[in-house]
Amino acid sequence: MRTRTRSSRRLVVLAAVAALGTGVLAGCAEDTEDPSGSASGGGVSGKGKTTITVGVFGAFGLKEAGLYDQYMKLNKDVVIKQTSIERNENYYPQLLTHLGSGSGLADVQAVEVNNIAEITATQGDKLVDLGKTEGVQKDSFLPWKWSQATTTAGKTIALGTDIGPEGICYRKDLFAAAGLPTDREAVGKLWAGDWNKYLAAGKQFKSKAPKGTAFVDSASGVMAAITGSNANRFYDKDGKVIYKTNPAVRQAWDTAAEFAGSGLTAKLQQFTPGWDQGFANGTFATVSCPAWMLGYIQDKGGEAGKGKWDVAAAPKPSNWGGSFLAVPEASKNKEAAAKLVAWLTAPEQQATLFAERGSFPSSQAAYALPAVSGAKHEYFDNAPIGEIFSAAAKGVPVQIVGPKDLIIAQNLADIGMLQVDQKGTSSKDGWNAAVKAIDNALDQ
Amino acid sequence: MASDARAAAPSEEEGAAPAPDAPATNGGSTGQDHDTYRDARHARPGGAHPGAGPDAREERRRERRSRRYRRDVRWSPYAFVAPFFVFFMAFGLFPLLYTGWASLHRVELTAPTDMEWVGLRNFSRLLSDEFFWNALQNTVTIGLISTIPQLLIALGIAHLLNYRLRGSMFFRVAVLTPYATSVAAATLVFVLLFGRDYGMINWLLGQIGIGAVDWQNGTWTSQLAVSTIVIWRWTGYNALIYLAAMQAIPNDLYESAALDGASRWQQFIHVTVPSLRPTILFTCVVSTIGATQLFGEPLLFNGGAGATGGAGHQFQTLGLYLYEQGWVNLHLGRASAIAWTMFLILLIIGAVNWVIGRRLRKSA
Repeated sequence: MRTRTRSSRRLVVLAAVAALGTGVLAGCAEDTEDPSGSASGGGVSGKGKTTITVGVFGAFGLKEAGLYDQYMKLNKDVVIKQTSIERNENYYPQLLTHLGSGSGLADVQAVEVNNIAEITATQGDKLVDLGKTEGVQKDSFLPWKWSQATTTAGKTIALGTDIGPEGICYRKDLFAAAGLPTDREAVGKLWAGDWNKYLAAGKQFKSKAPKGTAFVDSASGVMAAITGSNANRFYDKDGKVIYKTNPAVRQAWDTAAEFAGSGLTAKLQQFTPGWDQGFANGTFATVSCPAWMLGYIQDKGGEAGKGKWDVAAAPKPSNWGGSFLAVPEASKNKEAAAKLVAWLTAPEQQATLFAERGSFPSSQAAYALPAVSGAKHEYFDNAPIGEIFSAAAKGVPVQIVGPKDLIIAQNLADIGMLQVDQKGTSSKDGWNAAVKAIDNALDQ
Repeated sequence: MASDARAAAPSEEEGAAPAPDAPATNGGSTGQDHDTYRDARHARPGGAHPGAGPDAREERRRERRSRRYRRDVRWSPYAFVAPFFVFFMAFGLFPLLYTGWASLHRVELTAPTDMEWVGLRNFSRLLSDEFFWNALQNTVTIGLISTIPQLLIALGIAHLLNYRLRGSMFFRVAVLTPYATSVAAATLVFVLLFGRDYGMINWLLGQIGIGAVDWQNGTWTSQLAVSTIVIWRWTGYNALIYLAAMQAIPNDLYESAALDGASRWQQFIHVTVPSLRPTILFTCVVSTIGATQLFGEPLLFNGGAGATGGAGHQFQTLGLYLYEQGWVNLHLGRASAIAWTMFLILLIIGAVNWVIGRRLRKSA
C-alpha cells in the first residue's frame, strides 16, 4: 500500500513536471517562426508548379485580403507563400543583408516608404526593373509614387501598393460629452485648413473633458501628421538634410509640443502595448489616422468601440506611410514574380485591398472604381472612407523622400517628442536631444 | 581510458586467430577458453617457427599496425574534439576576427563589401561618444542591480531546496522554468505588469496608497524593471548550479559542525558558503558576461519601439547600442568597434575575476 501511494505521488509529480515542460516548450515555440528560412526556397516544386515567395512586414494585407488565393485560382501553376516579420525595423536590416549577399531573399519583397529612397539609391542594381514588366501601366499610378521608386537612371525598381492619406479618427461619445459637434462634416469644419484649429479644438475639449480622457493619443502622432502635410520634410530636392532649419518641421514640432505642454495628450507612445490599451479603454478622443490604421483601431478598440469611432477630414491633406513591392535580381523566378507584382499592384487589386483592409490605393486609376469611391467603413459608423481619403490623397503634396527619413522621423518622435510628452522635458531640450541622436545616427 | 582500449586491440585481434579451435578441445568451458586464449597470445611471439620469411612479414605487418594504432591514439582525441572547434572557427573565431577587421573600416549595411579604411577612428570616437558612455553606465548599473540580488536569492533558494522536501523534484524543475521560458514572451508580460496606466504593479501600489509610477521613463525605475526581468529569468538557473555544488559538500562537515554546536545559520555561513566559493566565483563570471551582453530584456521592455532604450536612452545597454548602430543606423564599422570594446571589457573583467579567484584560494 505504501509503495502504491509513493508511486502514485511520483506519478503526480511527473505529470506536473511534464505539464510544466510542455507549457515551457509552447512558450518557446511562439517565437520560432523563421522569417527567412523558407523564403530562400522557390523554384519549381512538385507537380510542375512554380512557388513564388513573398516577404513582407507586419500584417501587410495582401494575404488577408485573399489576393494570393485569387491569383492562384487564376494561375493554377503558381503557389504563393508569404513570410512576414512583425516590425519593419527588423525586416529592413534583414532585407539589406540578404540583398547584399544575394541569398535568403524572397521572390517578392515589400519595402516601406521611409526606406524606399535608400533602396532606390543603393540597391537599384540588385532589383528587377518592373517598369518594363508586361501589363504595368505607369499612368495608373500616382506620379510621385512612381518616381519615388525610380532610380536616377530611370529604372523603376518597385511598384507602389498603398499610400497613407490621413484623416482624424475621433470618438463621438467623448466629443458629445465635451460639448463638441459629433457629425463628421461639422467636426471636419471645426479644424479645416489649419492645424492650430485642431489645437484650439483640443483646448475646448479639455475644458469639459470626461474624467480620465485626453484629446489626442500622443504628441508624436500630431507631429507626424503635420510633417506629412508638407512637401519638404527632412531632405531638400538636392538630397541635403534640412530638417534642422526647415520651418515646416519646426512648425510641426512646436505645435505638437504645445499639445504636450497644454496637457492635451494621453502621453502614450504609438504602437506599444500602452497605446493598444488606450484604444481598448477609450482614454483619448482623437488620433491622426492614415487609411491603413483603421483596421488597427478596429482590432484594438474591439466590440466596445464599435459605432463610437468616426472619421473626419484632417486639417490639411497629409500622408503617412505606404509601401512598395520589389523583385530581387537574385530571385529564381524573376519573371513569374514580376508578373505577380504587376497583378497585385493593378488598380482592381488595389481596390480590393482597400475594401478589405483599408490600405489606400497608390493607383489613381483605382479611385474611380466603385469599390474605392463608394467604400464605407462599418466600424466607423459607416463613414464614407473612400470619399474622405480620396479627397485627402488628391491634396497630398509631392513629398521629397531621402535615404534616412526613417531614422530622422524615428528619433524626432521616439527620443525628442516622447521626452517632451512623457517626461515633461522642455520643448527646447527635447529638440536638442533628438538632434544629437540624429547627428550621431547619420554620422558614418 | 579510451586510448588504453585502443592499445590493447591489436594483440586481441591477433590472438583471436587460434580461438576457433579452442572450444573444440576444451569443451566450451569459459574459464579454460580464456586461458587458451591467453596462452595462444603469449605463445605467439616465440611460438612455432615455420620459417623466417612469413615471420619477418608478420613482423613488418605488426610494426605497421602498431604504428597506425599509436598514431590513432595520438590523434583521435583531436578528431573527437574537432567538430566543436570547426564550429567555433566558423561561428566564433571567424566572426570575431572579421568584426575586428570591419571595426577598422567605414562599412555600411547598404553595401557591406564596400569598406573604407579608417584605422582606429571607430574606437577613438567612442571616447567622446556620450551615447556609448551612457550605455556603458547603464550596463554596469543594470548589471549590478540584477546580478547581486540574483545570486543572493539563488543561494537562498538552493539552500532551501537542499533540505529534504516533499516533491523536491517538482520544485527543482519549477525553479528552472523561467530560464526555459522565451525571453520575448516573458518580457512582454513584464511590460504589461510595469505598465503606467494599466499595469498590475502600479495597481498594487495604488492599493497601498502610492501613486502610479512611470516605470519606463524614470532612469532608476526602468533599470529596476529591466533588472527584475533578468532576476526572474536567471535566479533559478543559478540556484540549480548552487544546489549541485551543495550536494557535493561532504555530510561529515555538517555533522562535526553540529557536534561543535553550530546552528543552521552558522553551518550555512561557515560550512556551505566556503565550500561553494569556486562555484560562486563561476556564477559571478557567467552572470557578469551575461549582464555585459544584456540585450533582449531592454529591447523588448521598450514595448516594441526600437533599440533606443527609452526616450532618454535611460535603459539602453551596450548590446542595444551596438544593435542600434549596426541594424538601425546601418553603420557596421561603428557597431563592430562597439562589439570589440565589449569583448575587451569582458577580457578585463575575466582577468580581474581570475586575480580575485587566486587571492581567495590563497587565503582559504
